[in-house]
Amino acid sequence: MHRFAKPSVFLKLTDPLLPWLAGATAILIATGLYFALFASPLDYQQGDTVRIMYLHVPAAWMGLFCYVGMAICGAMSLIWKHPLADICARATAPIGATFTALCLITGSLWGEPMWGTWWVWDARLTSMLILLFLYLGYIALVNAFDDPERGSKAGSALALVGAINVPIVKFSVDWWNTLHQPASIVRMDGPSVDPSMQLPLALMILGFTCYYFVLLILRVRLELNERRIRALQLSGMFDERSDQEAEKANSYDAGHNAEASQ
Amino acid sequence: MNGFLAILQRDLRLALRQGADSVMVVAFFIVTTTLFPFGVGPEANILARIASGVIWVSALLAAMLSLERVFQTDYEDGTLELLTLSPVSLELLVLGKVLAHWLTTGLPLIIAAPLMAVMLNMDQNGFVTLMIAMLLGTPALSLIGAIGAALILGARRGGVLVSLLVLPLYIPVLIFGAGAVEAALLGISATAQLQIMGAILLITLAATPFATAHAVRQAME
Repeated sequence: MHRFAKPSVFLKLTDPLLPWLAGATAILIATGLYFALFASPLDYQQGDTVRIMYLHVPAAWMGLFCYVGMAICGAMSLIWKHPLADICARATAPIGATFTALCLITGSLWGEPMWGTWWVWDARLTSMLILLFLYLGYIALVNAFDDPERGSKAGSALALVGAINVPIVKFSVDWWNTLHQPASIVRMDGPSVDPSMQLPLALMILGFTCYYFVLLILRVRLELNERRIRALQLSGMFDERSDQEAEKANSYDAGHNAEASQ
Repeated sequence: MNGFLAILQRDLRLALRQGADSVMVVAFFIVTTTLFPFGVGPEANILARIASGVIWVSALLAAMLSLERVFQTDYEDGTLELLTLSPVSLELLVLGKVLAHWLTTGLPLIIAAPLMAVMLNMDQNGFVTLMIAMLLGTPALSLIGAIGAALILGARRGGVLVSLLVLPLYIPVLIFGAGAVEAALLGISATAQLQIMGAILLITLAATPFATAHAVRQAME
Protein backbone atom coordinates (compact mmCIF):
# COMPACT_ATOMS: atom_id res chain seq x y z
CA MET A 1 0.00 0.00 0.00
CA HIS A 2 2.86 2.35 0.82
CA ARG A 3 4.07 2.01 -2.76
CA PHE A 4 0.87 3.66 -3.98
CA ALA A 5 1.23 6.61 -1.64
CA LYS A 6 3.61 8.49 -3.91
CA PRO A 7 1.86 11.24 -5.90
CA SER A 8 3.66 10.28 -9.13
CA VAL A 9 2.59 6.65 -8.78
CA PHE A 10 -0.96 7.79 -8.04
CA LEU A 11 -1.06 9.89 -11.21
CA LYS A 12 0.36 7.07 -13.31
CA LEU A 13 -2.11 4.53 -11.91
CA THR A 14 -5.22 6.67 -12.10
CA ASP A 15 -4.58 7.99 -15.61
CA PRO A 16 -5.82 4.83 -17.40
CA LEU A 17 -8.36 4.14 -14.64
CA LEU A 18 -10.21 7.43 -14.96
CA PRO A 19 -11.97 6.94 -18.34
CA TRP A 20 -13.12 3.44 -17.29
CA LEU A 21 -14.53 4.75 -14.04
CA ALA A 22 -16.20 7.68 -15.77
CA GLY A 23 -17.71 5.30 -18.36
CA ALA A 24 -18.93 2.93 -15.66
CA THR A 25 -20.49 5.86 -13.80
CA ALA A 26 -22.35 7.05 -16.89
CA ILE A 27 -23.64 3.55 -17.80
CA LEU A 28 -24.60 2.60 -14.23
CA ILE A 29 -26.42 5.84 -13.49
CA ALA A 30 -28.13 5.90 -16.92
CA THR A 31 -29.43 2.31 -16.65
CA GLY A 32 -30.15 2.84 -12.95
CA LEU A 33 -32.22 5.92 -13.73
CA TYR A 34 -34.05 4.11 -16.54
CA PHE A 35 -35.04 1.27 -14.21
CA ALA A 36 -35.76 3.68 -11.36
CA LEU A 37 -37.96 6.05 -13.34
CA PHE A 38 -39.64 3.76 -15.89
CA ALA A 39 -39.04 0.04 -15.46
CA SER A 40 -39.68 -0.42 -11.73
CA PRO A 41 -43.07 -1.02 -10.14
CA LEU A 42 -44.99 1.59 -8.20
CA ASP A 43 -45.27 1.20 -4.47
CA TYR A 44 -48.79 0.07 -3.56
CA GLN A 45 -49.05 2.83 -0.95
CA GLN A 46 -46.67 5.53 -2.12
CA GLY A 47 -47.24 5.50 -5.87
CA ASP A 48 -44.68 7.45 -7.86
CA THR A 49 -43.03 9.11 -4.86
CA VAL A 50 -41.25 5.87 -4.07
CA ARG A 51 -38.91 6.74 -6.95
CA ILE A 52 -37.27 9.37 -4.71
CA MET A 53 -35.77 6.39 -2.90
CA TYR A 54 -33.44 5.69 -5.83
CA LEU A 55 -31.69 9.02 -5.20
CA HIS A 56 -32.20 9.23 -1.46
CA VAL A 57 -30.75 5.88 -0.40
CA PRO A 58 -27.59 6.07 -2.58
CA ALA A 59 -26.97 9.65 -1.38
CA ALA A 60 -27.30 8.55 2.25
CA TRP A 61 -24.99 5.63 1.58
CA MET A 62 -22.41 7.95 0.00
CA GLY A 63 -22.63 10.40 2.90
CA LEU A 64 -21.59 7.66 5.31
CA PHE A 65 -19.17 6.03 2.88
CA CYS A 66 -17.31 9.32 2.33
CA TYR A 67 -17.08 9.97 6.06
CA VAL A 68 -15.62 6.52 6.72
CA GLY A 69 -13.19 7.07 3.85
CA MET A 70 -12.23 10.45 5.27
CA ALA A 71 -11.67 9.01 8.75
CA ILE A 72 -9.53 6.16 7.33
CA CYS A 73 -7.48 8.67 5.32
CA GLY A 74 -7.14 10.77 8.47
CA ALA A 75 -5.91 7.77 10.45
CA MET A 76 -3.43 6.91 7.67
CA SER A 77 -2.10 10.44 7.57
CA LEU A 78 -1.68 10.49 11.36
CA ILE A 79 -0.01 7.07 11.53
CA TRP A 80 2.15 6.96 8.39
CA LYS A 81 2.19 10.68 7.54
CA HIS A 82 1.35 10.03 3.88
CA PRO A 83 0.86 13.35 2.12
CA LEU A 84 -1.53 11.65 -0.30
CA ALA A 85 -3.81 10.50 2.54
CA ASP A 86 -4.13 14.14 3.63
CA ILE A 87 -5.03 15.20 0.12
CA CYS A 88 -7.58 12.38 -0.21
CA ALA A 89 -9.25 13.31 3.08
CA ARG A 90 -9.41 16.97 2.05
CA ALA A 91 -10.78 16.09 -1.37
CA THR A 92 -13.42 13.75 0.09
CA ALA A 93 -14.95 16.23 2.55
CA PRO A 94 -16.85 18.51 0.13
CA ILE A 95 -18.07 15.50 -1.89
CA GLY A 96 -19.38 13.80 1.24
CA ALA A 97 -20.96 17.03 2.48
CA THR A 98 -22.78 17.43 -0.83
CA PHE A 99 -24.09 13.85 -0.78
CA THR A 100 -25.25 14.29 2.82
CA ALA A 101 -27.03 17.52 1.92
CA LEU A 102 -28.57 15.77 -1.11
CA CYS A 103 -29.79 12.97 1.15
CA LEU A 104 -31.38 15.46 3.56
CA ILE A 105 -33.04 17.42 0.74
CA THR A 106 -34.44 14.37 -1.08
CA GLY A 107 -35.54 12.93 2.25
CA SER A 108 -37.34 16.16 3.06
CA LEU A 109 -39.05 16.15 -0.37
CA TRP A 110 -40.06 12.54 0.19
CA GLY A 111 -41.24 13.20 3.74
CA GLU A 112 -43.63 15.97 2.77
CA PRO A 113 -46.10 13.78 0.78
CA MET A 114 -45.54 10.64 2.89
CA TRP A 115 -45.31 11.84 6.48
CA GLY A 116 -47.02 15.18 5.89
CA THR A 117 -44.03 17.17 7.10
CA TRP A 118 -40.76 18.45 5.64
CA TRP A 119 -38.79 17.69 8.76
CA VAL A 120 -39.17 15.74 11.99
CA TRP A 121 -36.64 15.60 14.82
CA ASP A 122 -36.28 11.89 14.30
CA ALA A 123 -33.12 10.05 15.38
CA ARG A 124 -32.03 9.16 11.84
CA LEU A 125 -32.69 12.63 10.42
CA THR A 126 -31.01 14.39 13.31
CA SER A 127 -27.93 12.19 13.28
CA MET A 128 -27.63 12.74 9.51
CA LEU A 129 -27.83 16.50 10.09
CA ILE A 130 -25.04 16.21 12.66
CA LEU A 131 -23.02 14.34 10.05
CA LEU A 132 -23.43 17.35 7.76
CA PHE A 133 -22.27 19.67 10.57
CA LEU A 134 -19.24 17.44 11.13
CA TYR A 135 -18.35 17.72 7.44
CA LEU A 136 -18.74 21.51 7.55
CA GLY A 137 -16.66 21.70 10.73
CA TYR A 138 -13.94 19.62 9.07
CA ILE A 139 -13.89 21.83 5.97
CA ALA A 140 -13.80 25.00 8.08
CA LEU A 141 -11.03 23.66 10.30
CA VAL A 142 -8.86 22.45 7.43
CA ASN A 143 -9.02 25.86 5.75
CA ALA A 144 -8.53 27.91 8.94
CA PHE A 145 -4.75 27.73 9.06
CA ASP A 146 -2.16 29.62 7.08
CA ASP A 147 -0.10 26.44 6.95
CA PRO A 148 -2.13 23.84 4.98
CA GLU A 149 -0.08 21.05 6.56
CA ARG A 150 -1.26 21.99 10.04
CA GLY A 151 -4.86 22.28 8.78
CA SER A 152 -4.78 18.75 7.40
CA LYS A 153 -3.41 17.33 10.64
CA ALA A 154 -5.99 19.07 12.81
CA GLY A 155 -8.67 17.91 10.36
CA SER A 156 -7.50 14.29 10.58
CA ALA A 157 -7.86 14.34 14.36
CA LEU A 158 -11.35 15.85 14.07
CA ALA A 159 -12.41 13.31 11.42
CA LEU A 160 -11.42 10.47 13.75
CA VAL A 161 -13.25 11.97 16.75
CA GLY A 162 -16.35 12.56 14.61
CA ALA A 163 -16.32 8.97 13.31
CA ILE A 164 -18.26 8.05 16.46
CA ASN A 165 -21.34 9.46 14.69
CA VAL A 166 -21.22 6.92 11.84
CA PRO A 167 -22.47 3.89 13.83
CA ILE A 168 -25.01 6.19 15.50
CA VAL A 169 -26.46 7.09 12.08
CA LYS A 170 -26.48 3.47 10.92
CA PHE A 171 -28.13 2.02 14.01
CA SER A 172 -30.27 4.99 15.04
CA VAL A 173 -33.35 3.42 13.42
CA ASP A 174 -32.79 0.17 15.34
CA TRP A 175 -32.03 1.80 18.70
CA TRP A 176 -34.83 4.34 18.68
CA ASN A 177 -38.28 3.50 17.45
CA THR A 178 -38.98 6.48 15.24
CA LEU A 179 -40.79 7.69 12.14
CA HIS A 180 -38.00 6.76 9.72
CA GLN A 181 -38.36 3.16 8.61
CA PRO A 182 -35.92 0.57 10.06
CA ALA A 183 -32.98 -0.87 8.11
CA SER A 184 -34.21 -2.65 5.01
CA ILE A 185 -31.10 -3.33 2.89
CA VAL A 186 -28.08 -4.11 5.05
CA ARG A 187 -29.46 -6.37 7.75
CA MET A 188 -28.94 -9.83 9.16
CA ASP A 189 -31.70 -11.74 7.34
CA GLY A 190 -31.25 -10.26 3.87
CA PRO A 191 -32.83 -7.19 2.30
CA SER A 192 -36.56 -6.68 2.74
CA VAL A 193 -36.90 -4.52 -0.37
CA ASP A 194 -38.72 -6.18 -3.29
CA PRO A 195 -36.28 -7.71 -5.87
CA SER A 196 -37.70 -5.54 -8.65
CA MET A 197 -36.71 -2.49 -6.64
CA GLN A 198 -33.36 -3.93 -5.56
CA LEU A 199 -31.95 -3.87 -9.08
CA PRO A 200 -32.28 -0.12 -9.76
CA LEU A 201 -31.25 0.61 -6.19
CA ALA A 202 -28.09 -1.49 -6.53
CA LEU A 203 -27.30 0.12 -9.90
CA MET A 204 -27.69 3.61 -8.46
CA ILE A 205 -25.58 2.84 -5.38
CA LEU A 206 -22.80 1.39 -7.55
CA GLY A 207 -23.10 4.33 -9.94
CA PHE A 208 -22.86 6.88 -7.12
CA THR A 209 -19.83 5.06 -5.68
CA CYS A 210 -18.06 5.11 -9.07
CA TYR A 211 -18.97 8.78 -9.42
CA TYR A 212 -17.36 9.47 -6.07
CA PHE A 213 -14.13 7.82 -7.18
CA VAL A 214 -14.12 9.82 -10.42
CA LEU A 215 -14.54 13.05 -8.45
CA LEU A 216 -11.94 11.98 -5.91
CA ILE A 217 -9.34 11.25 -8.59
CA LEU A 218 -10.08 14.55 -10.34
CA ARG A 219 -9.87 16.54 -7.11
CA VAL A 220 -6.66 14.83 -5.97
CA ARG A 221 -5.07 15.48 -9.37
CA LEU A 222 -6.17 19.10 -9.18
CA GLU A 223 -4.58 19.47 -5.76
CA LEU A 224 -1.35 17.76 -6.89
CA ASN A 225 -1.15 19.99 -9.97
CA GLU A 226 -1.82 23.09 -7.89
CA ARG A 227 0.99 22.12 -5.56
CA ARG A 228 3.31 21.53 -8.47
CA ILE A 229 2.47 24.96 -9.93
CA ARG A 230 3.10 26.57 -6.55
CA ALA A 231 6.42 24.77 -6.25
CA LEU A 232 7.41 25.81 -9.76
CA GLN A 233 6.41 29.42 -9.12
CA LEU A 234 8.42 29.45 -5.91
CA SER A 235 11.48 27.93 -7.55
CA GLY A 236 11.04 30.33 -10.47
CA MET A 237 11.02 33.24 -8.06
CA PHE A 238 14.17 32.04 -6.40
CA ASP A 239 15.84 31.44 -9.75
CA GLU A 240 15.03 34.97 -10.84
CA ARG A 241 16.32 36.42 -7.64
CA SER A 242 19.47 34.35 -7.72
CA ASP A 243 20.01 35.44 -11.33
CA GLN A 244 19.66 39.08 -10.38
CA GLU A 245 21.88 38.62 -7.39
CA ALA A 246 24.45 36.85 -9.51
CA GLU A 247 24.32 39.72 -12.02
CA LYS A 248 24.66 42.26 -9.26
CA ALA A 249 27.56 40.34 -7.83
CA ASN A 250 29.16 40.12 -11.28
CA SER A 251 28.77 43.82 -11.98
CA TYR A 252 30.09 44.58 -8.51
CA ASP A 253 33.01 42.29 -9.13
CA ALA A 254 33.55 43.84 -12.52
CA GLY A 255 33.44 47.37 -11.09
CA HIS A 256 35.66 46.37 -8.27
CA ASN A 257 38.13 44.76 -10.62
CA ALA A 258 38.00 47.79 -12.86
CA GLU A 259 38.67 50.04 -9.89
CA ALA A 260 41.47 47.84 -8.77
CA SER A 261 43.07 47.82 -12.16
CA GLN A 262 42.99 51.62 -12.45
CA MET B 1 0.96 13.30 39.79
CA ASN B 2 2.90 16.31 41.08
CA GLY B 3 2.77 17.86 37.64
CA PHE B 4 -1.01 17.32 37.54
CA LEU B 5 -1.47 19.05 40.91
CA ALA B 6 0.94 21.84 40.01
CA ILE B 7 -0.86 22.70 36.78
CA LEU B 8 -4.23 22.45 38.51
CA GLN B 9 -3.05 24.82 41.24
CA ARG B 10 -1.55 27.24 38.71
CA ASP B 11 -4.66 27.39 36.53
CA LEU B 12 -6.95 27.79 39.53
CA ARG B 13 -4.77 30.55 40.94
CA LEU B 14 -4.75 32.34 37.58
CA ALA B 15 -8.53 32.03 37.31
CA LEU B 16 -9.06 33.32 40.85
CA ARG B 17 -6.67 36.24 40.56
CA GLN B 18 -8.12 37.33 37.21
CA GLY B 19 -11.51 36.59 38.68
CA ALA B 20 -13.73 38.01 36.01
CA ASP B 21 -13.70 34.90 33.78
CA SER B 22 -15.78 32.62 36.02
CA VAL B 23 -18.21 35.39 36.83
CA MET B 24 -18.56 36.16 33.15
CA VAL B 25 -19.50 32.55 32.31
CA VAL B 26 -22.21 32.49 34.98
CA ALA B 27 -23.44 35.93 33.89
CA PHE B 28 -23.66 34.70 30.29
CA PHE B 29 -25.59 31.64 31.45
CA ILE B 30 -28.07 33.75 33.41
CA VAL B 31 -28.53 36.36 30.67
CA THR B 32 -29.07 33.71 27.97
CA THR B 33 -31.65 31.92 30.10
CA THR B 34 -33.38 35.23 30.80
CA LEU B 35 -33.80 35.80 27.07
CA PHE B 36 -36.18 32.86 26.68
CA PRO B 37 -39.14 34.27 28.65
CA PHE B 38 -38.88 37.34 26.40
CA GLY B 39 -38.75 35.16 23.31
CA VAL B 40 -41.51 32.64 24.05
CA GLY B 41 -43.62 34.77 26.36
CA PRO B 42 -43.95 34.69 30.13
CA GLU B 43 -46.71 32.04 30.54
CA ALA B 44 -45.69 29.94 33.51
CA ASN B 45 -46.69 26.52 32.16
CA ILE B 46 -44.85 26.97 28.84
CA LEU B 47 -41.71 28.06 30.68
CA ALA B 48 -42.01 25.13 33.08
CA ARG B 49 -42.30 22.80 30.08
CA ILE B 50 -39.14 24.08 28.33
CA ALA B 51 -37.08 24.89 31.47
CA SER B 52 -34.83 21.81 31.45
CA GLY B 53 -33.96 22.20 27.78
CA VAL B 54 -33.32 25.93 28.10
CA ILE B 55 -31.04 25.45 31.09
CA TRP B 56 -29.09 22.72 29.34
CA VAL B 57 -28.66 24.64 26.10
CA SER B 58 -27.56 27.79 27.96
CA ALA B 59 -25.10 25.74 30.01
CA LEU B 60 -23.73 24.16 26.81
CA LEU B 61 -23.19 27.57 25.22
CA ALA B 62 -21.63 29.01 28.38
CA ALA B 63 -19.24 26.06 28.65
CA MET B 64 -18.33 26.45 24.99
CA LEU B 65 -17.64 30.17 25.21
CA SER B 66 -15.13 29.67 27.98
CA LEU B 67 -13.19 27.01 26.07
CA GLU B 68 -10.89 29.46 24.40
CA ARG B 69 -9.05 30.26 27.57
CA VAL B 70 -8.09 26.64 28.30
CA PHE B 71 -5.11 26.76 25.95
CA GLN B 72 -5.16 30.07 24.10
CA THR B 73 -3.25 32.34 26.52
CA ASP B 74 -0.72 29.60 27.28
CA TYR B 75 -0.27 29.12 23.56
CA GLU B 76 0.32 32.82 22.97
CA ASP B 77 2.86 33.39 25.76
CA GLY B 78 4.75 30.16 25.07
CA THR B 79 3.83 28.32 28.28
CA LEU B 80 2.25 25.52 26.30
CA GLU B 81 5.51 24.90 24.45
CA LEU B 82 7.35 24.45 27.75
CA LEU B 83 4.59 22.14 28.98
CA THR B 84 4.91 19.90 25.91
CA LEU B 85 8.67 19.79 26.42
CA SER B 86 8.40 18.89 30.11
CA PRO B 87 9.09 15.27 31.18
CA VAL B 88 5.61 14.99 32.76
CA SER B 89 3.15 13.26 30.42
CA LEU B 90 1.18 15.83 28.46
CA GLU B 91 -2.03 13.79 28.84
CA LEU B 92 -1.87 14.28 32.62
CA LEU B 93 -1.21 18.01 32.26
CA VAL B 94 -4.13 18.32 29.85
CA LEU B 95 -6.33 16.54 32.37
CA GLY B 96 -5.22 19.01 35.04
CA LYS B 97 -6.08 21.96 32.83
CA VAL B 98 -9.48 20.45 32.01
CA LEU B 99 -10.21 19.86 35.69
CA ALA B 100 -9.29 23.49 36.42
CA HIS B 101 -11.60 24.58 33.60
CA TRP B 102 -14.44 22.52 35.01
CA LEU B 103 -13.91 23.82 38.57
CA THR B 104 -14.00 27.43 37.36
CA THR B 105 -16.88 27.14 34.87
CA GLY B 106 -18.83 23.87 35.27
CA LEU B 107 -19.17 24.06 39.04
CA PRO B 108 -20.48 27.68 39.14
CA LEU B 109 -23.00 26.69 36.45
CA ILE B 110 -24.29 23.80 38.56
CA ILE B 111 -24.79 26.21 41.47
CA ALA B 112 -26.54 28.77 39.25
CA ALA B 113 -28.79 26.18 37.51
CA PRO B 114 -31.40 25.68 40.32
CA LEU B 115 -31.75 29.45 40.59
CA MET B 116 -32.68 29.67 36.92
CA ALA B 117 -34.94 26.61 37.32
CA VAL B 118 -36.88 28.48 39.98
CA MET B 119 -37.14 31.55 37.78
CA LEU B 120 -38.39 29.43 34.86
CA ASN B 121 -41.03 27.92 37.10
CA MET B 122 -39.70 24.37 36.85
CA ASP B 123 -41.35 21.81 39.11
CA GLN B 124 -39.41 21.19 42.31
CA ASN B 125 -39.07 17.42 41.93
CA GLY B 126 -36.74 17.97 38.98
CA PHE B 127 -34.13 20.03 40.88
CA VAL B 128 -32.07 17.22 42.37
CA THR B 129 -31.97 15.31 39.08
CA LEU B 130 -31.00 18.49 37.24
CA MET B 131 -28.05 19.01 39.57
CA ILE B 132 -26.93 15.38 39.43
CA ALA B 133 -27.23 15.38 35.62
CA MET B 134 -25.19 18.57 35.41
CA LEU B 135 -22.63 17.16 37.82
CA LEU B 136 -22.16 14.24 35.41
CA GLY B 137 -22.58 16.24 32.22
CA THR B 138 -20.48 19.38 32.64
CA PRO B 139 -17.15 17.55 33.19
CA ALA B 140 -17.83 15.66 29.94
CA LEU B 141 -18.45 19.03 28.24
CA SER B 142 -15.08 20.33 29.48
CA LEU B 143 -13.31 17.14 28.36
CA ILE B 144 -14.84 17.12 24.87
CA GLY B 145 -14.44 20.87 24.48
CA ALA B 146 -10.72 20.69 25.28
CA ILE B 147 -10.19 18.73 22.03
CA GLY B 148 -11.78 21.56 20.06
CA ALA B 149 -9.84 24.19 22.03
CA ALA B 150 -6.57 22.41 21.21
CA LEU B 151 -7.42 21.85 17.54
CA ILE B 152 -8.01 25.55 16.82
CA LEU B 153 -4.71 26.77 18.32
CA GLY B 154 -3.15 29.06 15.74
CA ALA B 155 -6.24 29.09 13.51
CA ARG B 156 -7.83 32.19 12.05
CA ARG B 157 -11.21 33.09 13.64
CA GLY B 158 -10.73 30.34 16.20
CA GLY B 159 -13.60 31.42 18.43
CA VAL B 160 -16.30 30.89 15.80
CA LEU B 161 -14.66 27.74 14.54
CA VAL B 162 -14.69 26.06 17.95
CA SER B 163 -18.49 26.26 18.08
CA LEU B 164 -18.79 24.44 14.76
CA LEU B 165 -16.40 21.73 15.95
CA VAL B 166 -17.61 21.23 19.49
CA LEU B 167 -21.38 21.73 19.48
CA PRO B 168 -22.18 18.64 17.32
CA LEU B 169 -20.16 16.56 19.77
CA TYR B 170 -22.06 18.05 22.73
CA ILE B 171 -25.41 16.75 21.50
CA PRO B 172 -25.40 13.36 23.33
CA VAL B 173 -24.83 15.11 26.67
CA LEU B 174 -27.68 17.49 25.87
CA ILE B 175 -30.08 14.68 24.89
CA PHE B 176 -29.55 12.58 27.98
CA GLY B 177 -29.15 15.55 30.32
CA ALA B 178 -32.44 17.08 29.31
CA GLY B 179 -34.01 13.58 29.14
CA ALA B 180 -33.07 12.84 32.75
CA VAL B 181 -34.72 16.04 34.03
CA GLU B 182 -37.73 15.40 31.81
CA ALA B 183 -38.13 11.90 33.31
CA ALA B 184 -37.85 13.23 36.85
CA LEU B 185 -40.49 15.87 36.12
CA LEU B 186 -42.85 13.16 34.86
CA GLY B 187 -42.23 11.20 38.04
CA ILE B 188 -40.38 8.36 36.27
CA SER B 189 -37.03 7.15 37.52
CA ALA B 190 -34.18 8.95 35.73
CA THR B 191 -31.63 6.27 36.60
CA ALA B 192 -31.21 5.02 33.03
CA GLN B 193 -30.38 8.47 31.62
CA LEU B 194 -28.06 9.24 34.53
CA GLN B 195 -26.26 5.95 34.03
CA ILE B 196 -25.76 6.71 30.35
CA MET B 197 -24.41 10.15 31.31
CA GLY B 198 -22.03 8.47 33.73
CA ALA B 199 -20.91 6.19 30.90
CA ILE B 200 -20.35 9.19 28.62
CA LEU B 201 -18.29 10.86 31.35
CA LEU B 202 -16.14 7.74 31.87
CA ILE B 203 -15.56 7.24 28.14
CA THR B 204 -14.61 10.89 27.58
CA LEU B 205 -12.40 10.82 30.69
CA ALA B 206 -10.53 7.80 29.34
CA ALA B 207 -10.29 8.82 25.68
CA THR B 208 -10.25 12.60 25.25
CA PRO B 209 -6.98 13.45 27.11
CA PHE B 210 -5.09 11.48 24.45
CA ALA B 211 -6.84 13.26 21.59
CA THR B 212 -6.36 16.66 23.24
CA ALA B 213 -2.68 16.03 24.00
CA HIS B 214 -2.19 14.89 20.41
CA ALA B 215 -3.81 18.08 19.11
CA VAL B 216 -1.63 20.21 21.42
CA ARG B 217 1.52 18.47 20.18
CA GLN B 218 0.43 19.12 16.60
CA ALA B 219 -0.02 22.80 17.35
CA MET B 220 3.51 22.93 18.75
CA GLU B 221 5.21 21.33 15.74
